[in-house]
Amino acid sequence: MDLLRLFRKPILSLQQLPSGSFTVGRDGQVLVSTLASTVSPALLQDIAQAVLAAFRQAADAGVPLSELIVRYSAFKITARELRGGAIVFLAPHSTLMVSPLV
Amino acid sequence: MTKRPTAERVLLTQPAREKFVLEFRGTDSYGWTAASMEKRPKILLLDDDPDVLDTYRDILAQLPSKPEVRTASSGARALALLEAEPFRVFICDLRMPKMDGLQVLSIVRCKHPQLRTVVLTAVADEQFRSRAYALGADLFWQKPSTDDEIRQFMHCLESLLGREDEPGFRGVQSKSLVDIIQLECLSRSFTVLRITNGPLTGRIWINGGDLVDAETNDLQGELAFQRILSWKAGNFEILPAEPERPRTIFKPANALLLEIAQALDESIGGKAVPTNQAPPAESPSLPRATQLAQVPDVEFSLILSADAKASFDSYGLEDPGPKAAWARQTLEAFRALGDQLTAGPLTQMTGLGPQRHLALIPFGSDQLVVGWDSKLSPDEVDENMKKVAALWTS
Repeated sequence: MDLLRLFRKPILSLQQLPSGSFTVGRDGQVLVSTLASTVSPALLQDIAQAVLAAFRQAADAGVPLSELIVRYSAFKITARELRGGAIVFLAPHSTLMVSPLV
Repeated sequence: MTKRPTAERVLLTQPAREKFVLEFRGTDSYGWTAASMEKRPKILLLDDDPDVLDTYRDILAQLPSKPEVRTASSGARALALLEAEPFRVFICDLRMPKMDGLQVLSIVRCKHPQLRTVVLTAVADEQFRSRAYALGADLFWQKPSTDDEIRQFMHCLESLLGREDEPGFRGVQSKSLVDIIQLECLSRSFTVLRITNGPLTGRIWINGGDLVDAETNDLQGELAFQRILSWKAGNFEILPAEPERPRTIFKPANALLLEIAQALDESIGGKAVPTNQAPPAESPSLPRATQLAQVPDVEFSLILSADAKASFDSYGLEDPGPKAAWARQTLEAFRALGDQLTAGPLTQMTGLGPQRHLALIPFGSDQLVVGWDSKLSPDEVDENMKKVAALWTS
């Protein structure tokens, strides 16, 4: 019975935050990526869309931007505008790190 | 992802479980009285493994507070139970099928912000610990594998069950920052307290029980200490002592605390005193956009309320409407992305442009948008945004 229990629970894995970079064209298509293949293409597409929309809408609002840095408690997105497209850097970070500031 | 070398799940043998229960029953240092026992706290335990649920249900039921322990084997079931009845503490595994623990925590933090949450997992990856805390977990515990670890976990849990639902500093939520400083001074500690409040960070140096220095953003000494004490809540951590720190505060800690408490009381009392003046017709935050512009290199400021229909307050912009709309749309889009990633709350967004830089901070129900001179570097924008945040909280 104990032997059978080993096979009862499937191996589950938590979704790691993506770490790496990718480029996206002006049409929102992901062109090149250094991210692990386990990262969902749909997630990359969502990030790409949000970044491109932010750049375009900022230009429409009269504040054209060349770089956008979005900080979450445990994650950072850095995007640089590239002729209508963008290069996007994704980096998890720990809230437990001691900041050298202050 | 790394796993502990010990067994992933704690399946205590019956003698071990009885031994632990007997030992923990003897602990009665939490002041639980017959009256408080009448209102038994409720714990909800979520794990996809029925063996783990059974084991921990038995153990938790033996805590001195005699909690009522309910269990759920899926995130959906746990969320339904949380909707149906009130719980004091929610204990959650991370690795589960369909909806993982981080997703559940993310929903729980939005829907039940007052609920104490504990992550109990076999996952030892630092990233997940960080994300769990970012999602508002009160405690993160690797599943204990020895009697001692279980006992420590139970002590922490009992302490959490005993806390009232009051705001305060994470770590010692029933104590104010003044209490913490007094305790450190009374015990003649050598320590450095690092306190964070949103984007603001401060440090207080205590050497041999004497308050020697404080620092936050551009303030130093007594002024910094006063500013830090004006923060209502936040996180604090204790850093290694710095006995060589030069002294800038010479007043005794108690005298300084008293002075600051009086000043804070007066400022709060001043706001509460009714005046004969009519309430302002515009948004009450109207003067604050102008105040934010006192920080050097600010080109414009915008204060947006959480309600998209509410009028915004601006300074230095001829046509603030499009920029306010952009800020709202962009913040909303990236907040949704943060929820999808379970990466914790959005803390700041910075845009660098050839004409001007922008920085956005969600601050409670408000959103601050500040335009900066484009000659500033990204680090300078971040530093200046801390000054803006300090001005906003003051």
